[in-house]
Amino acid sequence: MVPTSYYVALSAILFTLGVAGVLTRRNAIIIFMSVELMLNSANLVFVAFARQFMELSGQVFVFFVMTVAAAEVAVGLALIVAIFRTKKSINVDEVNQLKG
Amino acid sequence: MNHRRLLFLLGPGLAAVGLLAFPAVSWAAPLTSEGGEASGAGLFGLVPLIVLFPVVGLLINLFWGKQLGEVRVGILASGAAGLSFLIAVLQLVALQGNDYHAVTVPLADWIVIGDLVVPWAFQVDTLSVTMMLVVTGVGALIHVYAIGYEHDDVRHNGDPERFARFFVYLNLFLAAMLILVTGNNYLMMFVGWEGVGLCSYLLIGFWFEKGAGGVGNARAGRKAFVVNRVGDWAMLMALFLIFWMFRSLTFDEVFGTVERIRLDATGQAMITAITLLLLAGATGKSAQIPLHVWLPDAMAGPTPVSAFIHAATMVTAGIYMITRSNPLFALAPVSQNAVALVGGATALLAATIAVGQFDIKRVLAYSTISQLGFMVAAVGLGGYVAGMFHLVTHAFFKALLFLSAGSVIQAIERGHMAHEAGHAHGGGHADPHRSGHEQAPGHPPSAIGHAPPAASHPPSFDPQDMRNMGGLWSRLPVTKWVYVAGALALAGIAPFAGFWSKDEILLDAFKHSPAVYGMLTVAAFFTAFYMGRQVLMVFWGRPRTDATRHASESPWVMTIPLIVLAALSLFGGWFNLPAIAGYTPPGAHAMTEWLGHTLGGRGEEAAPAGAAAPAEEGPGEAAEIKEGELNFLVAGVSTGLALLAFFMAYLLYSKRPETREDDDPLYEMFGPLFGLLQNKWYIDELYDFLILRPYHWLARFSAEVIDGQLWHDWFHDQVVAGLFNLFTRLLADGVDKGFVDPVISDFPADLSQGIAGVFRRMQTGYVRSYALAVFVGVVGVLGYFLIAK
Amino acid sequence: MTLTPDLVLFFLLAAIAVGSALGMLFSRSAVHSALFLVLNFAVGSVFFILLGAPFIAMVQVTVYAGAIMVLFLFVIMLLGAELLRQPSAALPWQRPLAFVLGLLFLGVVAAYVFLGWGGATPEPFATADSARNFGGPLDIGKVLFSRYLLPFELTSLLLLVGMIGAVVLVREEKKTPEPKPQTPK
Repeated sequence: MVPTSYYVALSAILFTLGVAGVLTRRNAIIIFMSVELMLNSANLVFVAFARQFMELSGQVFVFFVMTVAAAEVAVGLALIVAIFRTKKSINVDEVNQLKG
Repeated sequence: MNHRRLLFLLGPGLAAVGLLAFPAVSWAAPLTSEGGEASGAGLFGLVPLIVLFPVVGLLINLFWGKQLGEVRVGILASGAAGLSFLIAVLQLVALQGNDYHAVTVPLADWIVIGDLVVPWAFQVDTLSVTMMLVVTGVGALIHVYAIGYEHDDVRHNGDPERFARFFVYLNLFLAAMLILVTGNNYLMMFVGWEGVGLCSYLLIGFWFEKGAGGVGNARAGRKAFVVNRVGDWAMLMALFLIFWMFRSLTFDEVFGTVERIRLDATGQAMITAITLLLLAGATGKSAQIPLHVWLPDAMAGPTPVSAFIHAATMVTAGIYMITRSNPLFALAPVSQNAVALVGGATALLAATIAVGQFDIKRVLAYSTISQLGFMVAAVGLGGYVAGMFHLVTHAFFKALLFLSAGSVIQAIERGHMAHEAGHAHGGGHADPHRSGHEQAPGHPPSAIGHAPPAASHPPSFDPQDMRNMGGLWSRLPVTKWVYVAGALALAGIAPFAGFWSKDEILLDAFKHSPAVYGMLTVAAFFTAFYMGRQVLMVFWGRPRTDATRHASESPWVMTIPLIVLAALSLFGGWFNLPAIAGYTPPGAHAMTEWLGHTLGGRGEEAAPAGAAAPAEEGPGEAAEIKEGELNFLVAGVSTGLALLAFFMAYLLYSKRPETREDDDPLYEMFGPLFGLLQNKWYIDELYDFLILRPYHWLARFSAEVIDGQLWHDWFHDQVVAGLFNLFTRLLADGVDKGFVDPVISDFPADLSQGIAGVFRRMQTGYVRSYALAVFVGVVGVLGYFLIAK
Repeated sequence: MTLTPDLVLFFLLAAIAVGSALGMLFSRSAVHSALFLVLNFAVGSVFFILLGAPFIAMVQVTVYAGAIMVLFLFVIMLLGAELLRQPSAALPWQRPLAFVLGLLFLGVVAAYVFLGWGGATPEPFATADSARNFGGPLDIGKVLFSRYLLPFELTSLLLLVGMIGAVVLVREEKKTPEPKPQTPK
């Protein structure tokens, strides 16, 4: 069997890539997708440990994460659309009116 | 009955009941007396009533005077005085029954503080009863006279409502004077002393809105009060010293101690100081030099006031006081000399001034001062009986003279009004008048009440100016005789009362002090002269003005008291006749004996009637009571001088002045010297220069410079306000702006802003940088957990 | 480490996952990024099957890859795939910092996982049935609707809220006329 730590390492890599995407990309949608990637990597860890400890709770939790991610995506995309209507751009760097 | 009436009824009613309770109590309570016996108990207990009656009278007149009407008010007031006289007579009777021993009738303890025990008690002895009789007797007569006098006076001055007030004041004065003479301690005497001073002020300024410039009467009242105050201050100092030395103010205790002690140098000095201060007090009240200046101005008051207060009673308070204090004076020959000299000098000075006066009342005022000088000189020489005798007779004839003068004045006024009415609406009759005389007394010019007003009449006809009089002999049948009687008594012509009393004084002076004798004799000469002058100017010759021509006699209510007083002036000498050439008339030495019980020593009987007294002793010995012997030399000299003076006056004044504008014959003879006499030797002007001006200057200086400029302008405005402003400016600019603002307000704000400015940069507005920050935190936390594990 | 077929499969799939992730990151076109992400999700789904979570795997495919990514693509199409490859002037330190932090993160996790925790291998299933049933819908359902009933209901509420939010956010703002004051007479 594959050691669980391998899965954790993989998840970490995927997570880091997601973070890099969030921090680096300026396209709001790409940033969003990076966030999905991060969530997905977390799901992976949950399932791996669910298998490790033979606990279904891990999988149930993944279930919930997916639900939340779905809701979040819906709202977030709606937000982006709304912002696009005003600013005609999805460049997050342009949404900087709150700077001090 | 409405509430006000009820109150007015209750108030005085309760007061009267309360006052009556006291004598009732003292009647029932045991009395203390000299010999320790309670004798004649009942009558002595009545003595508080002597003060009570006038008080009740004045209260009733005060509250209901207006409702009662003039007649009832007058009857009430005179009745009170009469009742007091009755009480005084009863005291006389009681004393006779008590073998003339003095009795103290206590009423209550007034002040009890440590050593100071001052009771409210009445001293009934021969001396105080003498004073009581004089005060109440003459007072009652004057009250009656005043009914008639004031009736005209209030109408003449245009305020009939003021009638009752006069009698309130008169009764108040009577009460105060009686307190003065019946008190058994110095403090009670002082209470009365001040009380009569107050009443004098009130009565002099009775017509306070009239007088020279609308304030003349008020000014005269004030002058009297202030000058009296100087004397009162001295007396108060004397009281303090007496208490300090004797630890008591009661006569019996003080004089008892005096008899027992031996004085060392300090004690002697104290006694001398005390007596000199007492003299100063007497100077104020009895109008001696140098405090005599108020009495002539006091003539501004209505004539009954002048008669009562300023001739018969108040001014004699000083003599009474010295007589009462004779044990003290006996120990201080220096003071006795001073007293005698002051008296003599005053007698002479005042007599000379009287010669130059034109106002009928002023002549009498200076005459009073002069006669008071006689009395003061007498007591200064140790002749207490002589002084008291003259006090009594002088009360008679001076009151008589004043009241008669009032009668004359009102006669002139009546004539004036009659004359005006006769010329009524005639127009163009400027009544020639000359008011050009010295300080206008308060007798108001013709502000006629409700006679037909002579609108064009210039208000300066003076009914008191003798130059406006003349020829009244035929017009005033009663007044003329009584006036002459008074004048003869005053001049000391036998057998009038004045002769006997003045002669006793001259005899004392002759025996003890040539200087004083000389002064008094010359004064006696002038006395006769000015009285002759006055009588001639008033009654002789022809009337000098229309008013005088139409003068008419006064009503009976006024003339009857005059007659009574004239009788007293004629027969008053019988009180103390001396032995004449070895013959002792019946009733001789009556007063000597009578007073001797009080003055001759404690508990000793004076020498019985008829016994010869020890040989003469000089002043400075204890007051011994000598029985007088008529000394024909002295009597002859004084009578001769008086007759000579009358003759000279007749020569000068029988024909002149003929008209009002004529100069006084003396002026023609002596010119500027007469001016000196007329202007009272310029003493008032001297006082004004020496005292009043510097005082006013000082007052103005204090007010304007010290208070105004220094205190107000400089200190308040500059220093205080300036300091305050400086301080506030310091606080505002310095502290507030300089420190609080930058340090407390600006610095933290700037600091916050600076720090905020630094941290503000964290809010880049970029989402990505926020995310980076979050991620940094995540890494940090993870690292921590790793390290911790 | 013996190279068992499990391991080979794992490494292969891992490579595809990482590759697709990198592809998503670096692709210029948003559509390509979305498609790479779909691939990633598909690989993830396979992983789930390997890990004995067939139900979750199916859910991943249907919800994540099927619904969510479709939604993404909808929006991308709607807004136009923007090509934003110009390096922006803002935040110059962002990339280097992100890179460093990423490495740090990985280092930390790796250190923990391999050194701190060590490796543990999941135990094989006892029976074929249990292998088949583990992670199946029946078992998931049992747990889901008993122990996690409340969170289940709450997530349904959450979905409702999300739905409403989405609708509200994209609603056109109508200019409503000023309401006339309607006071009852």
